[in-house]
Amino acid sequence: MSKHTLSVLVENKPGVLARIAGLFSRRGFNIDSLAVGPTEHPEVSRMTIVVNVEDSPLEQVTKQLNKLVEVIKIVELDYPASVTRELLLVKVRADVETRGQVLETVQLFRAKVVDVATDAVTIEVTGNAEKLDAFLKVLEPFGVRELVQSGMVAIGRGGRSITDRTLRPVPVPVPPAAG
Amino acid sequence: MSEQVTGAQSLVRALECAGAENVFGIPGGAILPAYDPLFDSVKLRHILVRHEQGAGHAAQGYAAATGKVGVCMATSGPGATNLVTPIADAYMDSVPLVAVTGQVSSNAIGTDAFQEADIRGITMPITKHNFLVTDPADIPRTIAEAFYIASTGRPGPVLVDVSKDALQAQTTFTWPTELNLPGYRPVTRPHAKQVREAAKLILEARRPVLYVGGGVIRAQASKELRVLAEMTGMPVVTTLMARGAFPDSHPQHLGMPGMHGTVAAVAGLQRSDLIISLGARFDDRVTGNLDSFAPNAKVIHADIDPAEIGKNRHTDVPIVGDAREVIADLVVALQAEADAGHQGDYEAWVEFLAGVKTKYPLGYDQPADGSLSPQYVIERLGKIAGPEAIYVSGVGQHQMWATHYVSYENPNTWINSGGLGTMGFSVPAAMGAKVGRPDATVWSIDGDGCFQMTNQELATCAIEGIPIKVAVINNESLGMVRQWQTLFYNERYSNTDLQRVEQRRIPDFVKLAEAYGCVGLACDSPEDVDATIHKAMEIDDVPVVVDFRVHRDAMVWPMVAAGTSNDDIKFARDMAPEFDEDDL
Repeated sequence: MSKHTLSVLVENKPGVLARIAGLFSRRGFNIDSLAVGPTEHPEVSRMTIVVNVEDSPLEQVTKQLNKLVEVIKIVELDYPASVTRELLLVKVRADVETRGQVLETVQLFRAKVVDVATDAVTIEVTGNAEKLDAFLKVLEPFGVRELVQSGMVAIGRGGRSITDRTLRPVPVPVPPAAG
Repeated sequence: MSEQVTGAQSLVRALECAGAENVFGIPGGAILPAYDPLFDSVKLRHILVRHEQGAGHAAQGYAAATGKVGVCMATSGPGATNLVTPIADAYMDSVPLVAVTGQVSSNAIGTDAFQEADIRGITMPITKHNFLVTDPADIPRTIAEAFYIASTGRPGPVLVDVSKDALQAQTTFTWPTELNLPGYRPVTRPHAKQVREAAKLILEARRPVLYVGGGVIRAQASKELRVLAEMTGMPVVTTLMARGAFPDSHPQHLGMPGMHGTVAAVAGLQRSDLIISLGARFDDRVTGNLDSFAPNAKVIHADIDPAEIGKNRHTDVPIVGDAREVIADLVVALQAEADAGHQGDYEAWVEFLAGVKTKYPLGYDQPADGSLSPQYVIERLGKIAGPEAIYVSGVGQHQMWATHYVSYENPNTWINSGGLGTMGFSVPAAMGAKVGRPDATVWSIDGDGCFQMTNQELATCAIEGIPIKVAVINNESLGMVRQWQTLFYNERYSNTDLQRVEQRRIPDFVKLAEAYGCVGLACDSPEDVDATIHKAMEIDDVPVVVDFRVHRDAMVWPMVAAGTSNDDIKFARDMAPEFDEDDL
């Protein structure tokens, strides 16, 4: 099994997420992470889906996704040719004694404190999966009280855009009204 | 051109504009507004069925017989959920179907309102696409898209759920001139390079087989297929969904492959060195155990749905395209090769298969006690009704006998539930086929188990003037399940006996037919079969039901037991064919 990151451009319509999630579950494919958001085109949403499959099921995943009428385009983004990021918010135990050490870790990872309480701090950090794992490992001894993580988002390196060509409308002529 | 109408009027107008002629359905609360303008429509005939499942199967039968989009209509909640089985069936068998359902008013959606069901959510995995319309302005475009999606590419069911308030509101009607479906671009033209590669493999092969699936029927490619087969001399097998795509009387035809396929068709695929799959999908009922299926064969897989290619079986040459265009292009490519002096040499192979075909023909034993053999009934029915009639079966033993013992010569004359295997398909689908092809004789060949699931549509047939003929192959049991119990469960017939009361037939199908305004006939001896069928053929003003009371222990052969290899085919109980390998 290996992880693959798929960028899926979909029509921004109600129910699309349910269609995609349903397709994964009924065809027996596992989603590692999924993130959805708008794009530079208001009528298009972009999903970044991380799947954990062998190569040949991956082909089935993309073919089945492509069959969904509201899926416009699927691009696999592989590691060196793309940038991947996740966002993590974590609440760490930090009292007067440990707060200094926690803040030092925050600085080392170029993270950010977004809230402080007497017994804890809440930290925001972005990065790829490896960085976030490393960060959490270092924080663990202080006591992680709560954490929330976004799905991964990814974008290809270089000047080309995957949305460029695909979004030109291709009008389908409708046969004139019958009768 | 736009005019002020209600959403309901807009819906009816849109269905008319999309070319619908017949709608099978039942009204109810949420869809009620649509039934008012439907009452006035002169272009749309609404056929009031007795159960929504019947509406769906009728629309399927109509579509399968005509190649047009079948339309069914139901109300929200239970009306819509009753359509789930035919929708799933249409999805499996790639039947172009548009299902229109009423939905509760948009402000009530999500509140567990009376007769509310999330039919869009429910049918997501079993439709090609589906819509929920709450804005009446969206109705014409949605209907246009639904028909376009259902009928193009790989055909399939599309559901349009329309909220009651959208049907009641005022709107304008404008039939769209173009659609914008950025994510829907089915590929129909095959890639020239792939076709050339395929032609190369065909010439190199020594033991090729044309493996023909339902896609050839849907693409109306029978003529092209015949040209391809005859110019190359390659043997042909037709799957359950493709019966009729290639004439059964043709010497190159080996019959149907698969679990209950002919020995020649199963052996043909199994021993081939090249399978040319045209609109087929390597279904488990065809391949048996996948790992041992056709172990030495390369595969050319042509399908309009790219996701089918390589899904079950490794493909050497994938071709995405419409079956008719693929076959036509293959003919051109092979003709060019032939003109250059290149032709395949399949002589030894064809001879070997001809030997298998002669040695292991389809056959059955007449019951020793003089009772009626189901195979004999179906064989006679096929002979008497002839190859121009349409045969619509249910699911089970009678389906397998109907696919084997009727000789199919024309496409769209064999209609059945292949992928989903829906018992109860036959009577309503036959009704739909008869509506679509009123001039054709339409025989439903049904089992007594299937028949009791949907026979209420006989009332629809009688009232609406749809004179179908039903041959109930009545073995007083759920025959296929019983066969498995005989073979694999030590003859322990758990819950497969449909007639447990001695000396009484419950129900009496003759009386049942009469109660439904049909003619009821019965036949229980071989001598009466022909006369009974002729009598049924003479009646053309009302539906006819013939209760053929057949021997209950008859079994379907050949058979490849579930999960085993096609090499282990038996042509009768404990009888395996022996092949003379030296002939190859």
